[in-house]
Amino acid sequence: MKLLNLFWVFTLLGLLAVGGGTAVLPEMQRMTVHHFHWITDNQFRSIYSIGQVAPGPNMLMVMLIGYKLAGSLGAIVVGVGFFLPDCILTLFANRLWVHFAASPWRKAIQRGMAPVAIGLMLAGMMAIARLAVFNLAGVAIAITVFATLLWRHVNPALVIMAGGIVYLVSTSLA
Amino acid sequence: MSEPGTAETAAVTATRPSLGRIFKVFLMAGAISFGGGVVAYLREYLVRGEGWLNDDDFLDALEVSQTLPGLNSVNLSVVVGDRMRGVVGAAVAVAGILLPGMFIVMTLGVLWEEQHHNVLVKNFLIGVAVAAVGLLATVTVQLGHRQLTHWLDLTLLMATFAAVSVFHLSLVIVLLTIGPLAVWIYRPGSHHGDREIKLPHPHFHKRHGLLRD
Repeated sequence: MKLLNLFWVFTLLGLLAVGGGTAVLPEMQRMTVHHFHWITDNQFRSIYSIGQVAPGPNMLMVMLIGYKLAGSLGAIVVGVGFFLPDCILTLFANRLWVHFAASPWRKAIQRGMAPVAIGLMLAGMMAIARLAVFNLAGVAIAITVFATLLWRHVNPALVIMAGGIVYLVSTSLA
Repeated sequence: MSEPGTAETAAVTATRPSLGRIFKVFLMAGAISFGGGVVAYLREYLVRGEGWLNDDDFLDALEVSQTLPGLNSVNLSVVVGDRMRGVVGAAVAVAGILLPGMFIVMTLGVLWEEQHHNVLVKNFLIGVAVAAVGLLATVTVQLGHRQLTHWLDLTLLMATFAAVSVFHLSLVIVLLTIGPLAVWIYRPGSHHGDREIKLPHPHFHKRHGLLRD
């Protein structure tokens, strides 16, 4: 029953990720923390961060929610649920998309969904900010990262590691 | 017999790399992209390294990948893999992009479980999340500067944001209400749709360089 719930929740989340993985973070938190109580807010934050450190799509971290709940089998169920149905949808939707290249509706969908996707991305950022930014050090690091990246391109791996280390040192000194 | 869905992408299908090669290239992009930003690595490998796509093809594929639900990087792997070698090509590309991160995430997750009382680990991970917030803010501005400066787009954007972040509505409900409304506003023939400002050749790094999912 638990595995079945894990499967359908993450299948749904995979299919709802309009504009990318960040878009689905608030819904993921709503379902896994507030609705099913599978993990706590702090665990959700830590699992999210582990996904930021690893290579590949950051959202691979969803497998850890499955792992926390039902071990290796849980991780596999979540991984398959989150990625497989969406890949199949993308495969066929993309072929249709190419087929309807000339349709004016294609442009309408692209144009109309763009602001919705950005709004969802902003909501995803807010979900993580509410969990992680709660003191002066956090505010300072987030603003520094934002200002630096607007000004010049820095490898995101460096940004992520520097954020972790600077925060760690600042809290150890305080 | 041409494969379905590939008729209009002749330029891309002209290159038919071996399945092994596709796997290896996506595996490399999946293994080296520490800290995220897989899309930027895929461009580096597919466009610059292998020359399987030119920049325009890549941006077209990325545009589709962003519009369809799912992760941009995974969708991009499906689209590019399918265009080169059909369904099997897509499967091989997705396996390549996911497998390295999968093993590393699981390894880190098991280590984290063992260290869950360690306050240093906890604080490091908070700092990572804090940095990610700054990164996401940058990506939002880079991708959305057009949406953030146009009143109608900004209204749709803020309505979506408020529905999710302030009113905590279910994402299904948000997408089923605001989604069709947004497409209807920009429906073919509407004067809003005509006034589209198409950026001719968006500079990749300025718009997608930090794209993460």
